[in-house]
Amino acid sequence: MPDSTQIAHGASADAHSEHPPYLRHHFESTEQQADAAGFAMWLFLLTEVMFFGGLFTAYLIYRNWYYPAFVAASHQLNVFWGTLNTVVLISSSFTMAMGVWCAETRRKSGLVLCLILTFIMGLGFLGIKSIEYREKIEKHHVPGFHYSMQSFLDPASDPEVFKEYHDKPLAPDMAVHTELYFSLYFLMTGMHALHMIIGIGILGFMIYRAQVGAYTSGHTTFVMNFGLYWHFVDIIWIYLFALLYLISRHQ
Amino acid sequence: MSEQVQHGEHEHHIVSPKVYVIVFFALLVGTAATVWASYVDLGLWNPIIALAIACTKATLVVLFFMHVKYSTKLTKLTVAAGIFMFLTLVSMTLADYISRAWGNW
Repeated sequence: MPDSTQIAHGASADAHSEHPPYLRHHFESTEQQADAAGFAMWLFLLTEVMFFGGLFTAYLIYRNWYYPAFVAASHQLNVFWGTLNTVVLISSSFTMAMGVWCAETRRKSGLVLCLILTFIMGLGFLGIKSIEYREKIEKHHVPGFHYSMQSFLDPASDPEVFKEYHDKPLAPDMAVHTELYFSLYFLMTGMHALHMIIGIGILGFMIYRAQVGAYTSGHTTFVMNFGLYWHFVDIIWIYLFALLYLISRHQ
Repeated sequence: MSEQVQHGEHEHHIVSPKVYVIVFFALLVGTAATVWASYVDLGLWNPIIALAIACTKATLVVLFFMHVKYSTKLTKLTVAAGIFMFLTLVSMTLADYISRAWGNW
């Protein structure tokens, strides 16, 4: 065994003079290495599709079962904040895509700028989300012991929403199911926000690494794959926005 | 170093900023359209239109921001397999619910 390791090390020492240092020895070329990394990232994203897909399916079925409760509960969401957050997230996806371009064309300061903008907009998204969550907490719309059905049993008691939608009161046995809507709302947007938090953490690490030129010397795999992750999170939000905020505005 | 990057069997395609800008504006227009459509009472068509616009936006993101249009056949097949699998699982779950307990919960 020690012999073979030595041979392997000897071979690698020779090979290093002929290829970029970031090319792993089990790959034939940098293209093959980049393709393999991209393929692996997509496989990971497919597991994410299945994960969020389960939540979307649960939402689809419960919305059809308890339709009046889901319509009334979704009127509690603020379309303005939702739209603003969609714009913020799409913009951050754009700056991330530009960051990938900067890495590919070896523009270090451009890459750092794009990553910082993406980072800031990611934080902005979470900030807006927390404004929305705070509203739900204040109205006791967080599922649990302190959940209140008041807005649905007596819609007029919630004038801000009532003047826009004029919802009719729900029967108590239907109003109970608004809690299910908010369970799914917090689960889906919460899991999405968790992905954003993880992404923002990785962005911070990348900003630090990009400043020392880690991604602008030809090895762009990390930036490329993070881009895929960030755009995927954007796509999830595109669907969440349509399904949670927009489709139940009319009965 | 850079020469080796150029001479590959599958040459790496760099998507230009122009494409990103166009896609970005298309996504903003899509967002405006879907919000506007939600204010119009279209009955059954409201969720259908909202989902159609969301799917269009997602397709733009996948094809251009995520480079799938320019990537290898393996990647394209992987993405297609993922979408197919997702739709299969959703429709099988729905088929089960609709054919058994619907209305008797």
